[in-house]
Amino acid sequence: MLKSSNNIVSAGSSLLLEVVDLHLKFGGIWALRGVSFSVSKGDLLSIIGPNGAGKTSLLNVISGFYKPNKGKVFFKGRDITKLPPFKRAELGISRTFQRVELYRDMTVLDNVISGLIPKVKYLKKRFSTVKTALWTKEVREEEVNARYLAEKVLDYLDISQFRHRIVKTLPYGIQKKVELARALVMDPEILLLDEPMGGLNFEEKEDMARYIVSINEELGKTIVLIEHDLAAVMDLSERVIVMDYGRIIAEGTPEEVANDPKVIAAYMGEKTGSTR
Amino acid sequence: MAFRWTSKINYVDEEARYRSLREKFKELNTFPKLLKWRARKYPDRVALRKKKYGIWWEKTWSQFYDEVRKVAGGLAVLGVRRGDVVVIIGHNDPEWIYAELGAQILGAIPLGIYPDSLPNEISYFINFVNAKVVVVEDQEQVEKILSVIDEVPDVEKVIYWDKKDMWRYRGNKYLMYFGELENLGHKWLLDNSGEVDENIDKTSPEEIAGLYPTSGTTGISKLAMLTYDNMINMSLALQAVDPMDESFEYVSYLPLPWIGEQMMSIATAFTAGFKVNFPEEPETVWSDFREIAPHVMFAPPRIWEDIVSDIMAKIEDSTWLKKKVYSFFMNLGYKIVDETIAKKRKPGLHHKILWFIGYWILYRSILDKYGLKRIRYAYTGGAMLGPHYFRFFHAIGVNLKQIYGQTEVSGIAVLHRDYDIKFETVGKPLPETKVEISDEGEILIKSRSVMKGYFKQPEKTKETIDENGWLHTGDAGFIDNDGHLVIVDRLSELFELSNGKKVPPQYIENMLKFSAYIKEAAVLGKGKPYCVALININFKNVMNWAEKRGIPFTSYRDLAQKPEVYGLVKSIIKDVNSKLPEHMRIRRFVILPKQFHADDGEVTRTRKIRRRFVAERYRELIDAMYRGERYYEFSFTMKLEDGRTTIFKQKIRIEEVK
Repeated sequence: MLKSSNNIVSAGSSLLLEVVDLHLKFGGIWALRGVSFSVSKGDLLSIIGPNGAGKTSLLNVISGFYKPNKGKVFFKGRDITKLPPFKRAELGISRTFQRVELYRDMTVLDNVISGLIPKVKYLKKRFSTVKTALWTKEVREEEVNARYLAEKVLDYLDISQFRHRIVKTLPYGIQKKVELARALVMDPEILLLDEPMGGLNFEEKEDMARYIVSINEELGKTIVLIEHDLAAVMDLSERVIVMDYGRIIAEGTPEEVANDPKVIAAYMGEKTGSTR
Repeated sequence: MAFRWTSKINYVDEEARYRSLREKFKELNTFPKLLKWRARKYPDRVALRKKKYGIWWEKTWSQFYDEVRKVAGGLAVLGVRRGDVVVIIGHNDPEWIYAELGAQILGAIPLGIYPDSLPNEISYFINFVNAKVVVVEDQEQVEKILSVIDEVPDVEKVIYWDKKDMWRYRGNKYLMYFGELENLGHKWLLDNSGEVDENIDKTSPEEIAGLYPTSGTTGISKLAMLTYDNMINMSLALQAVDPMDESFEYVSYLPLPWIGEQMMSIATAFTAGFKVNFPEEPETVWSDFREIAPHVMFAPPRIWEDIVSDIMAKIEDSTWLKKKVYSFFMNLGYKIVDETIAKKRKPGLHHKILWFIGYWILYRSILDKYGLKRIRYAYTGGAMLGPHYFRFFHAIGVNLKQIYGQTEVSGIAVLHRDYDIKFETVGKPLPETKVEISDEGEILIKSRSVMKGYFKQPEKTKETIDENGWLHTGDAGFIDNDGHLVIVDRLSELFELSNGKKVPPQYIENMLKFSAYIKEAAVLGKGKPYCVALININFKNVMNWAEKRGIPFTSYRDLAQKPEVYGLVKSIIKDVNSKLPEHMRIRRFVILPKQFHADDGEVTRTRKIRRRFVAERYRELIDAMYRGERYYEFSFTMKLEDGRTTIFKQKIRIEEVK
């Protein structure tokens, strides 16, 4: 499979994700108009842009929720453009959502364990439903292992004390962390975070930023992060991509893009931009 | 069933039990020796548990011993030698204990510092004891130490046991992970295993087990030097009164530098052999506590008060029927308490039957929710707990006892005995502990558990321990007719009567305020022959009381001067007087026609009485009281809530209490 003719990134072994010339159309509106970029292993890449720039659409294309009208997505050199989301999760692509998408009536622990489903091997074998109902040794061991992995993540994000709480009873900031935990528990190769700091207060934002840096630096996870606020990613990432109207309008270090006239125009409106 | 109303009462004489315990632990007279002995004798019994990742991870005595040996080895490699001080900072965890015991094996001296200490406090202690090695919990503590690293030149290594977020300090020359220390120790032990055993056997009871910060109310605390013999003696004396054994569970949640936690988690755990459990996080203490349901616990009054108010709030929110059941069985419980403990009687068969019914219908579920179902001994100390809290816990079957002690006497010196619990006292001295009251009214203690002295402060030691070995506690108290010790206040808070006797005003005021009808009281009498009191009644409660009796009144001022209300207050004062020594008794009182108010400067914003100010403000009234007048023409200006002032005049009664 890896030898397919589409494999154009086999040269750089550290290249993890590459998107090439993505186009996405909703009715008559182009959400993405030729987006290309790549992410290397260990990167912490931020994608910023004003509302409606196409950031979430891009993430949805990478994780497989949308099919692009044109363009390709490569993961570890393999073309995954046609793969459904759950297959991509099995490959090691994991994500969080802009608005928290958890099982609101389940406990924190169950939510986090649900993130492990792509990794549970016996589920793919035959008679897995019967085995689960019979509570066989294999199932029990898997269950214990799942709990252990989930607990480790809860501990890492300091939310152990909420493990038995029902998600909807928790503050929003904690729910955000639970979602991060669910994305992290399957030990993904790449984490796609859709506005992890959206809706949080200042302290919670700082807290979340610390965890994101830790996950990147300490656990070595590759992270693609979406944020509409440039200030929030200034200290976080070394590389920033700015999008507007479905296109990449700037790329570089936070300082570089912050001083880019196109970026200022996109954020402040054309008028400010044109007076320069 | 472990609840106490039906449990057997142990009639063994506590002096005899103390002697037999002393005999049993004659050779096992240091913590390292006790640990080694337990690891040899009960290698597979659980010694410690720590909750992590949602489950309790167990350590047996032999595993515990292995960890401690490795830590000792690691510390030896780092150059810790006999007499060095090892500083430990962190929340309660097994690693805390390993570090402490590891240091002790080497003949080094552990010093625990409270985890919420500020960087400058930490650097003060580190420099004061010249610590080379500091063992800390996590990134938070590491950050604090690194922020003052230039001020602590002696520090060579900072060892942390929680890895979380520590990647930020990669390559820092001061830092070392606890596991790395143990690896160092493990290698060292391959060649030096015999030396460790030798060291353990060499430890002597007269050696200093550790430095324990005293609870100084002002400034930076002193460090008490307690020997193994001090600590072990205290724990044996405690067990002579309240026997404990291997089957007991204990939850370690109060800060470990504090002597009370040391005496339970180390001294008593090692001698009694019970299991010590460490909660997962400071936030999860109470749910973890409930999972363990310990047999013995210690808590400051604040926690007992919180439990009661939490129960009250939940009952308030519950259904009509539950409220009825609750109040019926609580009243039953109170009645049993009043007929037994309050009168120092043991429960009769009818008490046991009634309590048994209440247990299955009500008390059991309350106890279970708070993890108190198996509690055999519950202790409170540090400050006074109101009598109604005592009544509450005894009614539902918690054997709550007051203890009194200080760091300087290894934690405990005085304790309530089963069925001999007086709510206003702290009980009787432990076996082999002598308590006396000096001529100044100060409590003096003499026992085998009195400390060796303060670290590097011999002059302070001399002030505290006199040439005959008596420890001067700085607390004022008296011994009542039943031989119970009553703590009244710090000695410095007392005033002197004209005959030279000391009076603890705050203590007497608190006793008055335990009544629901008295809101505020000022006890005065400095330089006078006896005490007098100015009383504020509790308007709401006295109003209800008056309404029930058909006593007409118009306002607070009017109600306060009713002869019936004077009668009520007089009976309360008489009752309080009966519990006080002769010279502290209140002879005359008035009920003020106004409440003490912070706007008038009579009380502070936190409602503490400003006694000197009150004495000055009401001087003429007080003089009239001492002249023995029956009435006083009261007049003064008062600030109203809206800022205006008004002058009012009123004739008020001065009542005598015989």
